[in-house]
Amino acid sequence: MTLIPEAKEFGPPVIKVEGLVTRIGGRILHDGLDLELRRGEVVGVVGGSGTGKSVLLRTIIGLNRHVGGRIEVLGQDVGKLDERDLRRLQTRWGVLFQDGALFSAQTVAENIQVPMREHTDLGPRLMDELAAVKLAMAGLPPDAATKFPSELSGGMRKRAGLARALSLDPEILFLDEPTAGLDPISAAQFDTLVRDLQKSLNLTVFMVTHDIDTLKATTDRIAVLIDKKLRIGTFETLVHDPHPWIQQYFSGVRGRAARAEA
Amino acid sequence: MAALQEVDRPRTAARFKTERRGNVMTILAGGEWVLGVAEAHDAALRTLSFAGVATLEIDCAGLDRLDTTGAWLLMRTRRLATMAGIRTMWLDVPDAFKPLISTIDKECNGPPVGHLDDHGLRAFLERLGRAQMHFFAQAVSLLGFLGMVASETVATIFHPRRLRIPALVRQMEEVGLNAMPIVGLLSFLLGIVFAFQGADQLRRFGAEIFTVNLLGISILREIGAIMTAIIVAGRSGSSFTAQIGTMKVNEEIDALQTLGMNPVEVLVLPRMLALIITLPLLTVFANVMGIFGGALMSLFDLGISAPAFLRQLQGAVGPGWTFWVGIIKAPIFAFLIATVGCYEGLQVERNAASVGMLTTRSVVESIFLVIVADAIFSILFSFLGV
Repeated sequence: MTLIPEAKEFGPPVIKVEGLVTRIGGRILHDGLDLELRRGEVVGVVGGSGTGKSVLLRTIIGLNRHVGGRIEVLGQDVGKLDERDLRRLQTRWGVLFQDGALFSAQTVAENIQVPMREHTDLGPRLMDELAAVKLAMAGLPPDAATKFPSELSGGMRKRAGLARALSLDPEILFLDEPTAGLDPISAAQFDTLVRDLQKSLNLTVFMVTHDIDTLKATTDRIAVLIDKKLRIGTFETLVHDPHPWIQQYFSGVRGRAARAEA
Repeated sequence: MAALQEVDRPRTAARFKTERRGNVMTILAGGEWVLGVAEAHDAALRTLSFAGVATLEIDCAGLDRLDTTGAWLLMRTRRLATMAGIRTMWLDVPDAFKPLISTIDKECNGPPVGHLDDHGLRAFLERLGRAQMHFFAQAVSLLGFLGMVASETVATIFHPRRLRIPALVRQMEEVGLNAMPIVGLLSFLLGIVFAFQGADQLRRFGAEIFTVNLLGISILREIGAIMTAIIVAGRSGSSFTAQIGTMKVNEEIDALQTLGMNPVEVLVLPRMLALIITLPLLTVFANVMGIFGGALMSLFDLGISAPAFLRQLQGAVGPGWTFWVGIIKAPIFAFLIATVGCYEGLQVERNAASVGMLTTRSVVESIFLVIVADAIFSILFSFLGV
């Protein structure tokens, strides 16, 4: 898979996937998949339901084992790391799961502080201040801190999940369907938030999404998961890709609206 | 607790020193102001003395890296100075860090996060009060649930077609047939234990043969019924709560209602009826297995042959009430277990912890109620003289 020239303006590669093969329940989902993300880049992965977008994300962050190929994140081979080294590496990225995956027995503030307590020696006062910083950066009001996840709306849960993902100042942010289940206005706000955070924290963002508007608004490059491999390009180049699925994807009603804006 | 220094790649320390020139104070920040090292300066920055300072300069020229932790520490220092009436300015902020500093400046103006106060006497009293109110509220709502079940039962009696036979049969298989191995095994073992303990004591009086009486009466009257009820409460009562609770979480109960079906009729009645039918049968099975275990032990330990055992058992138990005293209790126990199991299932809220919590509560409550009911039966039978 050739990298498009635009990728060169970004930093060195932080995620490098080569010839990835994954098998779930006897079915091969990815076969010889390649991907490279550079520092500061936002890449969105799209593809039909069941093609293994989320599995790809979970494999890169070490939740699924792969049967072939190499995954290198921040210079380390994820497949070869032992338990302890993988835990260390995991503190350098943040993950936002689909519905936030907040710990339901803890308040939002406690959720944000879980990684801090586990991995740092911050004092309680500084920890409270930093939790407020993350909360504000994720666009939540200060009074959300003492609420439980069940008391929040879907959009606020995602923001709280994002605040927790940012807890340890990660270098890479993984987002699994960040705007699924949000109304278009909240979704657009979330897109802006991700883009702003990416800029101010110089994050590398890897997101799985179905949302064409999100792709248009946030990503630098788009990877389409087709035939167990990725086709990578920008929004503009992919629109002209002759593959029937890509054509259908971008020419649907929603796709046309997003293109009209472009 | 693993320090983040060893987690991340090697870092140069976050350097920080202050310089005074007249009434101008300069903070020189250098190195890597990132989580894992920057917090070393937390206390020093918090307690920085601004006495006699009119202007504070924060010099960032030496910064190699900056993340939100470092940026926040610098921003907080600046705000402390501003609050003390000091003019502040940033010096030589590298371009790469400008967006972060301006984001923190714009967005992060809230107070530190608060925590729920959940220890101390007041919180304890509050929890106690809440638990008390919850207890009363639950008693009322359980009563409401019983009323609902009763009215549905009556309606079903008049319209027997509304009874879901396939669901009933499936539940009977699940709570009755599938429980037989565990109920049988445990009763068999209990029979052996009882026979052994009884024989051991009665042998001293040369009354070994009365082991059979002890065994027959205790198993038929008490142990068979109550052990079966406790096993079934742990096995089926909990699964009622978990099944119905999971359906509640998935909004399946709401879906049933919108499809014009009554959740009590569809989910609760088959389960309750299945348990009321099968628990007495399971109790009979448990009685048989228990006595079989006791007979085996009597044969090997006391040398009482099978015919002798049966003759003695017939004399002890007779055609009277002993058997029925045990069996009569079973449907009542079944009713209690099914009611609590289904009720707690319907109380589940839409979060993950809820199903587990209510399943536990359902088992504890149903075993508690079974034993209370058994005690009431004992009093009742002693009045009736059976």
